[in-house]
Amino acid sequence: MNRKQLSKGLTLVTAAVLAVAVALTGCTGNGGTTTISMAGSTTVQPVAEALSDEYMTNVDTTVTITVAGGGSSVGVESAGEGTVDIGMASRAIKQEEFDEYPDLVVHHIASDGIAIVTDSDTSVDVTCLTILETRAIFSGNITNWADVGGANQTINVHAREEGSGTRAAFEDMVMGDEVITGEAALWPSNGALRTAVAGEPYSIGFLSFGYLDETVDAFALDAEEGGECVEATVENALSGDYPVVRPLNMLTDGEPTGKVDEFITWILGVDGQAIVAQDYIPVGPTS
Amino acid sequence: MARYFTNRLAKYAVFISATVSFIVLLAIVVFVFRDGLPAFQEVGFFDLLFGSTWRPQQDEYGILVMVVGSLQVTAGALLLAVPLGIACAILLAEVAPPRVRQLLRPAVELLVGIPSVVYGLVGMVLLVPAIREYFGGRGFSVLAASIVLTAMVLPTIISISEDSIRAVPASYKEGSLALGATRWQTIRQVLLPAARSGIGASIVLGMGRAIGETMAMIMVLGNSIQFAITPLDMTRTLTGNIAVEINYASGIHENALFATGIVLLIFILIINSIAVVALKRGVRAHTFT
Amino acid sequence: MLTLSPRVSQKIAWVFIWGGGAITVLILVVIIGYVLVQGIPSISLDFLLTPPEGGMSGEGGISTVIVATLYLLGLTVVILVPIGLGAAIYLAEYAPDNRFTGLIRYGIEVLAGVPSIIFGLFGFALFVTALHFNFSILSGALTLVCLLLPTMIRTSEEAIRAVPYAHREAALALGATRWQVIWRVLLPTALPGIVTAIILCVGRAIEETACLFVTMGGCKGMPTSLLSCGRTLSLHVYYLATETNNFEGALATAAVLIITILVINSITNLLSSRFQRKMRGAT
Repeated sequence: MNRKQLSKGLTLVTAAVLAVAVALTGCTGNGGTTTISMAGSTTVQPVAEALSDEYMTNVDTTVTITVAGGGSSVGVESAGEGTVDIGMASRAIKQEEFDEYPDLVVHHIASDGIAIVTDSDTSVDVTCLTILETRAIFSGNITNWADVGGANQTINVHAREEGSGTRAAFEDMVMGDEVITGEAALWPSNGALRTAVAGEPYSIGFLSFGYLDETVDAFALDAEEGGECVEATVENALSGDYPVVRPLNMLTDGEPTGKVDEFITWILGVDGQAIVAQDYIPVGPTS
Repeated sequence: MARYFTNRLAKYAVFISATVSFIVLLAIVVFVFRDGLPAFQEVGFFDLLFGSTWRPQQDEYGILVMVVGSLQVTAGALLLAVPLGIACAILLAEVAPPRVRQLLRPAVELLVGIPSVVYGLVGMVLLVPAIREYFGGRGFSVLAASIVLTAMVLPTIISISEDSIRAVPASYKEGSLALGATRWQTIRQVLLPAARSGIGASIVLGMGRAIGETMAMIMVLGNSIQFAITPLDMTRTLTGNIAVEINYASGIHENALFATGIVLLIFILIINSIAVVALKRGVRAHTFT
Repeated sequence: MLTLSPRVSQKIAWVFIWGGGAITVLILVVIIGYVLVQGIPSISLDFLLTPPEGGMSGEGGISTVIVATLYLLGLTVVILVPIGLGAAIYLAEYAPDNRFTGLIRYGIEVLAGVPSIIFGLFGFALFVTALHFNFSILSGALTLVCLLLPTMIRTSEEAIRAVPYAHREAALALGATRWQVIWRVLLPTALPGIVTAIILCVGRAIEETACLFVTMGGCKGMPTSLLSCGRTLSLHVYYLATETNNFEGALATAAVLIITILVINSITNLLSSRFQRKMRGAT
């Protein structure tokens, strides 16, 4: 190539690259595949990933679905701004959010229980907690496992950071007017909280049902103060016996169309709900 | 003629490139201030900066806990890293035989290259349980954060201090030895004082690095919103505040996080200016022999 | 207070000094040793070639992560080099010694000290939100470019300045224009130094986490375009460690990361010492 032409290149190359990048912004469908972008709550993320993996492999191979985290508030904002095709939120949408994004359409695709968990390695000798006891523990009024009938050990509290949909739902349904103690260790996602609780003895935290695994033990909850202890299982949540359940929502800017509509319809259908039912509570029939 | 045209074009092109850095800096200041100032307005300057309650749900946006937290972990890190770092610098500059130096220098440079997440990971997996076991508390602690930061800050202190000690004119050292001082006396009473600007600069730069660290801090500090009374308590840093909540925040909460960024930026600017001045003084002090 | 003889205090001081060195090396050994020892056994060809699985298990490999990291690095270098090199050339060859130049240098110095999370905030506000690039490799790359500019400019400038003046004189004497001198003589001669600068920046980019945390999106799929979200190796280590209980995977990824960095460091050292020898030999 002529040196003269090359020498003009320095800033032109940069400009060209940036121009190409900007041009890419305009293209949503390249060739044969469409992309559906999803972002939001870390609670909804695993089920969204499971649903999209199944959808991409077995239902519509021309679609690519990307799932990112970010949290419920990001899910609402991204959906409202149109930054993503589908936003995910693990809580009900607030009125201010509807005011800001009046075109927001809510698709309730699943429900999720919130479990109160402790690490599975050490034994606190407690299997059941009442709602009031849970509230007192998380507000810092009860600080020793012995006060709820367990071992004589300080309770190590873990919670989620403010803005988390899971925390908002937990505060709504369990804490009432009390606030979570400032002594709690705060984590930016369900997964991080589970890792922390599983790693620290005599700990307590709240976790989405979908994240329960063998590293943590869930307490049975007694909503009646002297009533029955209800185990934290999907069946109990479905039947309404388990007291702490919140909606998992997918949000779109206006009514969904095209591939997005097909995807959401499939999620609400039998096959999609069957996948939901593996770890969460389905909203529709699973067979 | 073609080559004169190219010559002129090139001159403009490189000039523009050079200004890009400055433009980026301005842009950063503009964007961070644009999204951060509303928080100062809404919440009130003193309430934001000196408020000790951070509970966005209750509309409380005081970042004093994070300011103190950042200062605590930095102080802890410097407490450990400065003696270690200066000792190592002396070792490399004056005491170690060449063979040892050949091994040690690359080792120090290697420490720089380790990503902060790896420090955080090892901190979570090794350090936190160890502290819980042998010192008590929850493991997530200022102590853990300080130790992790020490490892990250050491290379900065070591390499700059070493350079400063080496930069001391040989005549100082020779003079001292000629008067019958031992090597240690020479180091302690001649070299170190002469190099103190550079060593000071290295400490200040290390401080800057410590305050700016994010990922490792959110993995070992516990991110609680309370002050840490003892080194075994949990707390939160300014950087941690931003990283942990930015994904979930909207509205005034998001503005408050950008405001945290403003405070952080100002801290860093002050620290770096001090470092630059100290380094320049060091250079000037040695240009007379 | 007991006064010790100079010899004795020297001996004591020596203990502390060697102790300091030993502790530093110990820290290094513990960190790198732990990661490599725990992580390498989990690395297999399978691990490198399969994508990570979804859900909370964190199982699977890191193929998409490697691809995303490469995309990011490639894009970053393509944008960074023209701008950084251009600025370095300006500062080394064209800049007059006046206030304006001082201002530019000051800007570069200050930029170098800004913490990575602030670049993240900036990238989030500008590239992700205002310019609507969303969480993407593009946003991440542009943010990284801003972060790395000072490093690239400083190191390249040093490389260009290291070229002996005789080279320039000779070319000018032959009637070359300034740009011809730069393009045909300086840059080719300084090339190893410039390449070192690029590799240095790549090394720093690979370690970066905080600024990419809020600009790249962290999704685990295979990126299909520059606007796809993605995850770098560092981010993946973070997600595995905190989100899933798969510490094995986290350590394995960390091991891959450390090995990569070790390789990059060695290449940088080799290149830079060769370059220095070459420059010294030419005068």
